[in-house]
Amino acid sequence: MREVLPFAGQRSARQVPGKEKRQIMDILSLSAVELGTAIREGAVTAVEAMEAVLGRIEESEEKLHCYITIEKEKALEKAGQVQKKIEAGELAGPLAGVPVAVKDNLCTAGRRTTCASRILENFVPTYTAEAVRNLEQAGAVIIGKTNMDEFAFGSTTETSAYGVTRNPHQPEHVPGGSSGGSAAAVAAGECFFALGSDTGGSVRQPASHCGVVGMKPTYGTVSRYGLVAYGSSLDQIGPLGRTVEDCAAILETIAASGGGALGSGPDGEAAAGTRKDSTYLNRKDIDFTSSLKKDVKGMRIGMPRDYFGQGLDGEVAKAVRMAAKLLAENGAVVEEFDLNLVEYAIPAYYTIAAAEASSNLERFDGIKYGYRASGAEELHQMYKKTRSEGFGPEVKRRIMLGSFVLSSGYYDAYYLKALRVKAMIKKAFDQAFAGYDCILGPVAPTTAPRLGESLSDPLKMYLGDIYTISANLAGLPAISVPCGADSRGLPIGLQLIGDCFQEKKILQAAYTYEQLRRAGQEKAVRTGEGR
Amino acid sequence: MATMKSAQMNKGFPKEYETVIGLEVHVELATNTKIFCGCSTAFGGKPNSHTCPVCTGMPGTLPVLNKKVLEHAVAVGLATNCTITRYCKFDRKNYFYPDNPQNYQISQLYLPICRDGYVEIESGEGKKRIGIHEIHMEEDAGKLIHDEWEDCTLVDYNRSGVPLIEIVSEPDMRSAEEVIAYLDKLRLIIQYLGASDCKLQEGSMRADVNLSVREAGAAQYGTRTEMKNLNSFHAIARAIEGEKNRQIDLLEAGQAVVQETRRWDDLKGTSYAMRSKEDARDYRYFPDPDLVPVSIDDGFLEEIRSRQPEFRTEKMARYKAEYDIPDYDIEIITGSKHMADIFEATVALGGQPKKVSNWLMGETLRLLKEKEMDPEDIRFSPEHLASLIALAESRAVNSTVAKEIFERMFEEDVDPEKYVEERGLKMVSDEDALRKAVEEVIAANPKSVQDYRGGKERALGFLVGQTMKAMKGKADPAGVNRMLKDLL
Repeated sequence: MREVLPFAGQRSARQVPGKEKRQIMDILSLSAVELGTAIREGAVTAVEAMEAVLGRIEESEEKLHCYITIEKEKALEKAGQVQKKIEAGELAGPLAGVPVAVKDNLCTAGRRTTCASRILENFVPTYTAEAVRNLEQAGAVIIGKTNMDEFAFGSTTETSAYGVTRNPHQPEHVPGGSSGGSAAAVAAGECFFALGSDTGGSVRQPASHCGVVGMKPTYGTVSRYGLVAYGSSLDQIGPLGRTVEDCAAILETIAASGGGALGSGPDGEAAAGTRKDSTYLNRKDIDFTSSLKKDVKGMRIGMPRDYFGQGLDGEVAKAVRMAAKLLAENGAVVEEFDLNLVEYAIPAYYTIAAAEASSNLERFDGIKYGYRASGAEELHQMYKKTRSEGFGPEVKRRIMLGSFVLSSGYYDAYYLKALRVKAMIKKAFDQAFAGYDCILGPVAPTTAPRLGESLSDPLKMYLGDIYTISANLAGLPAISVPCGADSRGLPIGLQLIGDCFQEKKILQAAYTYEQLRRAGQEKAVRTGEGR
Repeated sequence: MATMKSAQMNKGFPKEYETVIGLEVHVELATNTKIFCGCSTAFGGKPNSHTCPVCTGMPGTLPVLNKKVLEHAVAVGLATNCTITRYCKFDRKNYFYPDNPQNYQISQLYLPICRDGYVEIESGEGKKRIGIHEIHMEEDAGKLIHDEWEDCTLVDYNRSGVPLIEIVSEPDMRSAEEVIAYLDKLRLIIQYLGASDCKLQEGSMRADVNLSVREAGAAQYGTRTEMKNLNSFHAIARAIEGEKNRQIDLLEAGQAVVQETRRWDDLKGTSYAMRSKEDARDYRYFPDPDLVPVSIDDGFLEEIRSRQPEFRTEKMARYKAEYDIPDYDIEIITGSKHMADIFEATVALGGQPKKVSNWLMGETLRLLKEKEMDPEDIRFSPEHLASLIALAESRAVNSTVAKEIFERMFEEDVDPEKYVEERGLKMVSDEDALRKAVEEVIAANPKSVQDYRGGKERALGFLVGQTMKAMKGKADPAGVNRMLKDLL
């Protein structure tokens, strides 16, 4: 159970001598939305919140390594500015003054953005990703940039060129990936919430491994402008938070269309400052927090039998089935069904994602920005040396794979076929959603693997994405919510997948589950039962 | 020339060859902003001053299609009898080169915007249809400048992302004349649409020539080559001639033509191989996932159709019916959309068609030639031309002064009324002043007066000249003539 601050009368830690430590602990126990409320009510300042987070970073970052770049001074200075605006009534949103961690593949003007790659070691963008800009406009304060798998290629955050991130629950285990730094930072209290990107599960899987909530919205909900592309047709930016409520509030903020008017400029031409992402949908139904109701009565929930077969860890299966049972006990209609085509998702995904990635990563050539190898005597040698030295092995593997499936003579056999499989998978989900409001299953086949266990067998690592990639292939929203832990204390996540544009349904189901589980845990604590 | 020689050598068996030509024409579209971002397309900015994160390929940036590009492309497609692809997509063409900041060009391969069209040209044997295989939209690349002094290469991305359409013809042309006629036809259609200014010299229209030769009557095409770097009609004609002869020579010598891309050197009048089919690149084309497919509905198509202008053929017919001007004038005037616009606007402002045409056919063409300019570069306004014609008509200025004014108009579009006013060039119609001047001339030239009275008509001319001189050229010569006769 979480402690809630008695807000009234407490202005700042410094005014209460001798209680600094306790104050910091209390602030860190808040969710992002709770902290936002406390800041608006004057119980905590944005600066105090930032100091609390920086204090925690001081304690645990050396061990965990959640961040690639932390800019303390900048963060404190910005927190001070935001606090003034809050006091002046200029900022009144739920996230105003709340410290946030941003995955290092989201461009931030004036802040280094590396994608955890050597090739972008010194790259400082001149522009900010739309999602990040939305957060800043809402008053969220950036702490720094989080670690990730290089260019988001990986499921463990071990392919980073800047060292591994450790799982806060078990430091000998990975935090998952590719948004492992973001998930670990949320779990460790090194931020109040974080942004990640999800191409094949990169938000949901690390959220599951770190015991936090992570969500991928419907493709096109959040503008991808400023997100360094991996698989453009699959990438979506998503929130990682401590609660379902946090994720709903964050998503509501980052999905907004921002300051720039949409559509066309003068005489129908595209103009600077208008729409920046042609795949961005500018949805009007982004009031996601309206769906936070503790109610699943009559909600039809389907459990694909295909998701509970071979390869699924017994403890994970048990925890997920328990979650389904809890929802059923509270009025949801839970059924098992055959989704089909699940075994084709991984080959289709790795074909499409690698193809797009191979092209998206062509711009990193040493000409315009980033790392350039020395000692080359002519242009093509320079390209070769730069890219050989600048990219890590997993990036090279996917570039080669992607270049191969797009090359003439193989395009039809691999890439086009994969696109057809993608369309068929979408159809299978359409059929499922004709009967169900949500699909329920595990996020990953196992809990977080030990450090160093995965990279030796990339194919096995790819297979770990089996439950998450379908949502990307079909463009569907999906959320990962903690639903227990295994015998080693490693968290297990429950996944809820919704039909396109049905974020509210999965948010409501996830919120209900979260509340039911919390009530159960509180009861267990009261009655002295162990977990 | 080589062919002449080979033809002579083979006099015993004079083989007849047919040249088969297809064209790939790139046209830069006349938009204010680039195809995928809001940067200006204007020429002549400082290097990299018309750039942004999108057109310099920065990480995380994304393209958004400029609607105007689509409108222009569809308009050209409709005007060239193409089928418009109602669901079209953009594809990425992947290749590494520093002028291309993303290392892929956004173009169209699988579903180009227009297909299966044609234009009609006048050939030696009357009208001929030249098929258009497809028209696709794409982005231009930046420019590389090699700095010999520093021994480094500099990149200017101002042109990166400037919208282009590529018009790919069928291999339907058989001679340089047909190629020129086809290009001229395309140029006129596109200029009439206002989709581009189509200047070969400035690169807003560029043509690559695909050429093969085969024995006359052969069913199969020969092996073709692609010729690049052709930046004038003259260079295209010369390159076709040169390449045709080169290929015939090879065949005559029993050698094979190699499928390759060649670069034309117009100064030397020869071409050299750039790359052969063996090292042709694999561009790994695939649909660009950053751009949503373009769906064209009936409304959009109808709107573009309704905006199509009157094209040259229709315009020529109308001029013939409406204006009493020679066919030759019609041909020249309608040969440039800009000139035709000036003609029509001036006539609408009250200029008599014949007079307007005379100004365009006479002084305008003379000055264009003298200054080596295109009709598209004419800067004077129809208002000023109409006002000049009115001044000359009312005899407010004489023809010498009118030509002087026109030259100033041609250069900087001066307002003739103002110009005349400021310089006091208006003809003096004050009868008293004229009478005074004539009387003085008569008094000062008794010999000529006597000659005239004695029947020497020529003496009158001298007296007119003297009067004009006294009036500083601002008198109407006919009026002077009349006054002199009266007073003598």
